[in-house]
Amino acid sequence: MKLTRRFLLAFVLLGADARAGQPASENALRFCLRAEPKTFHPALVTDEASETIRYLTGGVLIRLNRDTQQPEPELAVSWNVLDGGRRIRLRLRQGVRFSDGTPFTAADVAYTMRVLLDPKLNSPTGDSFRSGKGTATAAVEGSDTVTIVFPAPVAGLVRLFDQVAILSEKSPAKERAVLGPFYVAEHTPGAHILLKRNRHYWKTDDRGRRLPYLDAVRLEILPNEQLELLRFSRGDLHLINRIAPEHFERLSARSPHLVHDAGPSLENELLWFNQVSRTPIPDHRKAWFRSKNFRRAVSALIRRDDICRLVYRGHAIPAVGIFPPANRFWFNAKLRPHAYDYQGALRRLEENGFRLRDGVLRDAGGRPVEFSLITNAGNPSRERMAAMIQDDLAKAGVKVNIVTLDFPSLIERITRTFQYEACLLGFVNVDLDPNGQMNVWLSSAANHQWNPSQPAPETAWEAEIDRLMLEQAGAPDERRRKAAFDRVQEIVWEEAPFIYLVNKNSLSAAVPGLRGLRPVILRPQTYWNIEWLSLDTSLAGGPR
Amino acid sequence: MKWVRRAALVVLVAVFGISLFVDVIAPQPYARQNREVAGEPPSADYPLGTDDLGRDRLSRLLYGARISLLLALAAAALSVSIAAGIGITAGAAGGRVERWLMQATDLFLSLPWLFLLLAVRALLPLNVSPHTSVAITFALLGCLGWAASARVMRAGVRALSDSAFALQARACGCSRTRLFLVHMLPNLRPVLLAQFWISLPVFVLAEANLGMLGLGVAEPLPSWGTLLRELENLPAVTDSPWLLAPAALLVLVVSCLQLSFCREGVST
Repeated sequence: MKLTRRFLLAFVLLGADARAGQPASENALRFCLRAEPKTFHPALVTDEASETIRYLTGGVLIRLNRDTQQPEPELAVSWNVLDGGRRIRLRLRQGVRFSDGTPFTAADVAYTMRVLLDPKLNSPTGDSFRSGKGTATAAVEGSDTVTIVFPAPVAGLVRLFDQVAILSEKSPAKERAVLGPFYVAEHTPGAHILLKRNRHYWKTDDRGRRLPYLDAVRLEILPNEQLELLRFSRGDLHLINRIAPEHFERLSARSPHLVHDAGPSLENELLWFNQVSRTPIPDHRKAWFRSKNFRRAVSALIRRDDICRLVYRGHAIPAVGIFPPANRFWFNAKLRPHAYDYQGALRRLEENGFRLRDGVLRDAGGRPVEFSLITNAGNPSRERMAAMIQDDLAKAGVKVNIVTLDFPSLIERITRTFQYEACLLGFVNVDLDPNGQMNVWLSSAANHQWNPSQPAPETAWEAEIDRLMLEQAGAPDERRRKAAFDRVQEIVWEEAPFIYLVNKNSLSAAVPGLRGLRPVILRPQTYWNIEWLSLDTSLAGGPR
Repeated sequence: MKWVRRAALVVLVAVFGISLFVDVIAPQPYARQNREVAGEPPSADYPLGTDDLGRDRLSRLLYGARISLLLALAAAALSVSIAAGIGITAGAAGGRVERWLMQATDLFLSLPWLFLLLAVRALLPLNVSPHTSVAITFALLGCLGWAASARVMRAGVRALSDSAFALQARACGCSRTRLFLVHMLPNLRPVLLAQFWISLPVFVLAEANLGMLGLGVAEPLPSWGTLLRELENLPAVTDSPWLLAPAALLVLVVSCLQLSFCREGVST
């Protein structure tokens, strides 16, 4: 009996040793990046892949909860915004260490802000903190308090810290020392990135167990969506962060428990007419495009419901404007999507002297209404949408010539040469705050796409938008900001410089063994709570 | 093997015939969007089903055949004409002219034609009708596809110039023009024909490649290239095998072209 017990004990110990000896990848979450990250430096992130790495490895002072859309304390346990957004005082969490064991101090926060705002670095994250002439300063006030002072008030200041991954001033590993749940352990360019669990990560669960639950995250670099789907179906991947509607439907038909529709996201599809005064297009066409009635008529002729149903298989909603209802605070709830209204559209056109005769719409000068619509090649959803718009407008006698261009050629036309008439593209909102769109709505901005970089606003309504955007950016009170931005949304809805088409739903797929998954509409839709995700390896295989 | 060639010829005649009379044969206009029946499987009303916008797949396939085949023919004719002009001039003139022309041909051959095509296409005016756009695309294909054929033509002319009958004609005092038109051109016909039939499937496939990249024929016109794009969605193809119809027709036509004409051209 004794022998048997010893044998059993030895067996159990051996088993335990064997498990300990297994590679960390046994409990590794596997999913895809569509491209190689351009940088691992958190201050220099511009692309989505680098943003993923920053999200999974970076420790931030304040995190925007992707579910509640509210800021929550992380490395800062509390904060006070002072002087109407010119100063912020942060009280820091104590006893936190970087992934290499270096202690986290207030000096690290000051160092991070210095790096971010260093003009030589040209950090895109740092740019969002620039509020006026002069430089921001970060003053360390004791071991757990730091105050950052900006030259002018920064609107939406608290949310901006969601993008700021704290760097270590003292660690010899420099930016490779991180405060997030994982650190970069291995990178094989073009193949994969292995992130391993940061054993110094400060968060614990209710039972005191140190997070994250996962041992590792393996990111496969796979640009092809079809291959991603194939590998997910084979069980090689655990997660697809964003899945196309047609694949979603197909997967849903076979295995409905694998797919998740988090509802309408902040991503929208829109079209606009070129209103640039120096554009090399005929004057009469410029006059059409600059006419509110023409733009509103085009908007009223598009059947958005059909686009949602056919192009997005029902996983989209007709778009209202700048922000969709998914942006709970900033969305102007009084607005509704432009409705399909054939007769109304014709009435608006007739007000401007257009006449529909023999199936051809002609302007006041008798010229047939015809324009080209450019979009990027290789995006089947957008091409289908363009074909539907072409068909919808043809019913009112408007001829649309669709031109698909490779992306660099398209960008060249819409940003430099302005040799185009109308453009169909998508717009990805990554920021809930309207300040993130200052470079779109100010008439002087380069991304004021229908008529960029105006020395002075060319229309009264653009001047009004300029005024309101600056007002909301400088207002310390959220209610005043909201009132100003509500008015901006109303003007945009009325004038239709952008004709908003649809808001796409946030679609994802994950294996059933992925515990803690709560897909949301904000990026990163599925792994925003990565530290709480765990894998039940017995269920983690995908559909085979 | 004669019966195989005959069968291939019959298939080709049938496909070309259908594509010529497609306005009468096609059950629906190719651009009509019946949005209430989008994505339907084959039925009596829609023998190959409907696409994502509710357009009849069979009609689009037939119209696509007309566009791809007829314009590929035109592009092949254009390309072979340019190749003949350059190759024959080079071969007949010899010396510096030949060297310059062949160097230009080599330079053209070394260019990445797909990127060249994309660049040229991006510079074209936007506001043209789909029909003009498709004609421009194939004209570009024709203008960019002559170089390899030009080399073959020049080699043919050189070989004929050195032949005994050409030497004898020159010895008899035959002028260069007469020598070329009466004696050499008829002997170049097989080479010209072979180049024409070889380049035809190349242009059909080139348009299909452009279509796969989304840079082919503009909406709402169908072509084999645009129809083949649906094959990108592999899971959809396994569930809906009728999506393979354009690919099957393309393979059939290209195979029949090879069987019927390429041997004919070379062996004539």
